[in-house]
Formats: sequence, structure tokens, C-alpha cells
Amino acid sequence: MAKLESSLKNMILCLFLISMVMSAALGLVYSVTKGPIELASKKGEIDALKVVLPEFDNDPTKEAKEIDGLTYYIGTKSGQTVGYAVKTFTDKGFSGRFDLMVGLLPDGTINNIAVLSQKETPGLGNKMKTNWKDQFKGKNPASFKLLVKKDGGDVDAITASTITSRAFCDATQKAYDGFNKNFSKNEGGKP
Amino acid sequence: MSNFKYLTNGIIRENPTFILVLGTCPTLAVTTAAFNGIGMGAATTFVLVFSNLFIALLKNLIPDKVRIAAFIVIIATFVTIVDLVMKAYTPELYKTLGIFIPLIVVNCIILGRAEAFAQKNKVVPAILDGIGMGIGFTLAITIMGSIRELLGNGSIFDIKLVSENAKTILLFILPPGAFITYGYLIALFNRLRAKS
Repeated sequence: MAKLESSLKNMILCLFLISMVMSAALGLVYSVTKGPIELASKKGEIDALKVVLPEFDNDPTKEAKEIDGLTYYIGTKSGQTVGYAVKTFTDKGFSGRFDLMVGLLPDGTINNIAVLSQKETPGLGNKMKTNWKDQFKGKNPASFKLLVKKDGGDVDAITASTITSRAFCDATQKAYDGFNKNFSKNEGGKP
Repeated sequence: MSNFKYLTNGIIRENPTFILVLGTCPTLAVTTAAFNGIGMGAATTFVLVFSNLFIALLKNLIPDKVRIAAFIVIIATFVTIVDLVMKAYTPELYKTLGIFIPLIVVNCIILGRAEAFAQKNKVVPAILDGIGMGIGFTLAITIMGSIRELLGNGSIFDIKLVSENAKTILLFILPPGAFITYGYLIALFNRLRAKS
């Protein structure tokens, strides 16, 4: 078959048909993958919640509340609140935004922190995923200053990744402040 | 050229990364770890094979003056498919490769092969060329990723080969390390090609 010549009619028809067929194909793939994508992101959330909260038996994702850009989850066990998880973020990372899940006990003590998504430098900033973040466990930000030691705080920065460490503290602080503002019932926190 | 030649063409003789020097952006950016290389290579190979296949099929129906636009629509469709599928079934890998998946659209290897090969050839050679180029690209960025991960982090495929606190050459994980590694590998591949 000879090649179609570049007349206006041929060009319009060709581009129109290709775009039509391709968008139909995309629509199909989208509808097939929509479910699994939601499932995958929900699974990621639940996995993180299991890490940061003490044992719970409800489905915190059902009662998630979004306030000022942070998402709050409440974990309960037999009706008793065991902890709060805050999905928080920072824009101050070395490679931009990263998301954390911070688990807090009802009195504001940090139970555990999980990294949800990050683009920090492998071998440097992404060491925040390792046991480096264990230093936050069991600390209450009311007395534990969430600043790296260089800035007068209590946090040991990751070697050669001060920016990442600062951003990590920033995100955690944000989670704690939001928790205090919206959920804290005890008087230990800020008003 | 025999069919087998089409397949092996992309591996050393016309390696897209080291000999044709196409697709440099993802090569430099995602090769901080060996595993990223495999993921990116697989995604690119998929797009390359299907875009080559479709372009070879449709080559006579696409008028010359709008061919680039038509190619890009075809390529973009397959990239979006890869993007959605990865998001759904390999969320971990998707998180690491992030922005570089959509950027496969503008990877010169794909449009380059469509222009230079697929639109002038029949379907079977076009597919083989896609597979060959894809393997060449995967191989190239996996080698680069391994070298950078080994020197910069002391591990390969996340398996630590040195002790936890050993000093590694961090430079290789950072962008300058990408250029240095790339330079040496281009030299090496040119030598390999000159010999063969």
C-alpha cells in the first residue's frame, strides 16, 4: 500500500483517528487499574498505621479526618482510644516534599514514625528510613525539642544530611502541633 | 540484516545509551541504585516495543507532515499505560521512579527509534529492534546503577557488601558521580565497539 499523501483531509483524519483509538485504549486501562491503585494506596496507609500506632482493632482509614492539609487517624481498641496517627508532610526536604506518618499516644508522646514517600538522596537523606528515626520513639515533643542539635534542639542529624533531618523534624513538629490543636485533651500541650 | 542482528544491534554495536548517547536524562537521574535501572529499563522496553510495533503497522497510514505528532500520541499512550499499571501493581517501584515514568514520553531513544527505524521497516524487525534497544538500555542503566550504588553506598541491589559504618564515596550517588560514571562507561563501550 502506498503512503498516504499529506493533504489536509488526510492529516486531520489520521490524527483524529489515532487520538480516538488511543484515548479509548487509555480509558480501558484506567478503568481496569482504578481499583488496584486505590487498593495499593490504601494498603500502604494501613501498613504504615500498623507500624506507628499501638495495637488497634478498628479501621482508622474509615474515620480519617483531614484538617489543614494533614490527615488524622484515630486508632481504638475495644472502644478505647489507643493513639492518633497523623499523615504529615514537609516541603523542606533536600529533594522537595516527603510524607510521613507520625503515631502519637493520647498524651502526645511519639509512638513511632513511618516514611510514606520520599525522594531524598539514596545513601544520604534516605537514611531517615533506617533506625535513625528510632530516636524519636517514646519522646514527647512537649519536652523533646524537635530541632537538630546544630539548631539547639535534641535530634541527632543524619551525617551529611542536615537538610533532610531538619525537614523530618519540621514534618513531625507539624503533626504534633496539629494533634495538639485538634485532639489533645490533656493540659500538657499548648492551648 | 538477519533478524538476529536486529535484536543484538542495540546491545553493544548501537547501544542507545553509550554509543548513540540518547536518553541521557533518565540515565543520569535514576541510576542511583541498580534496582532502579532494572525498573526503568523494563518500563522503557515495554514502551519501545509497543510504539515500534504500532508505528511499523501504521507507517503507511500516517501522512509525513504529521508523523511526529502521531508518533508522540502513540508513545504517550503506552507511557500512560505503564504509569497506571506500575501504580496499581508495583507501588513501591513506582514511588522510587516517580516522575521519570511520565518522562519516558520525551526519552529520545523511543522517538529516535520510531523515526530512524520503525517507520522504515516491517513489523517483525521493528519489534526485534525495540526489544534489542530496550535490553541495551536496561543493561546500560543497570550497569551504571550498580557501579554508583557499589561505590556510593557499598551495596548492590540493596545487599550490603561493606559494614554499616564503612566510608563510601558518596560523590557517586550524587549528580556529579553520574557524569563521571557515564563518561568512563562511554569510553569503555566505544573501545568494545572498536574491537568487535
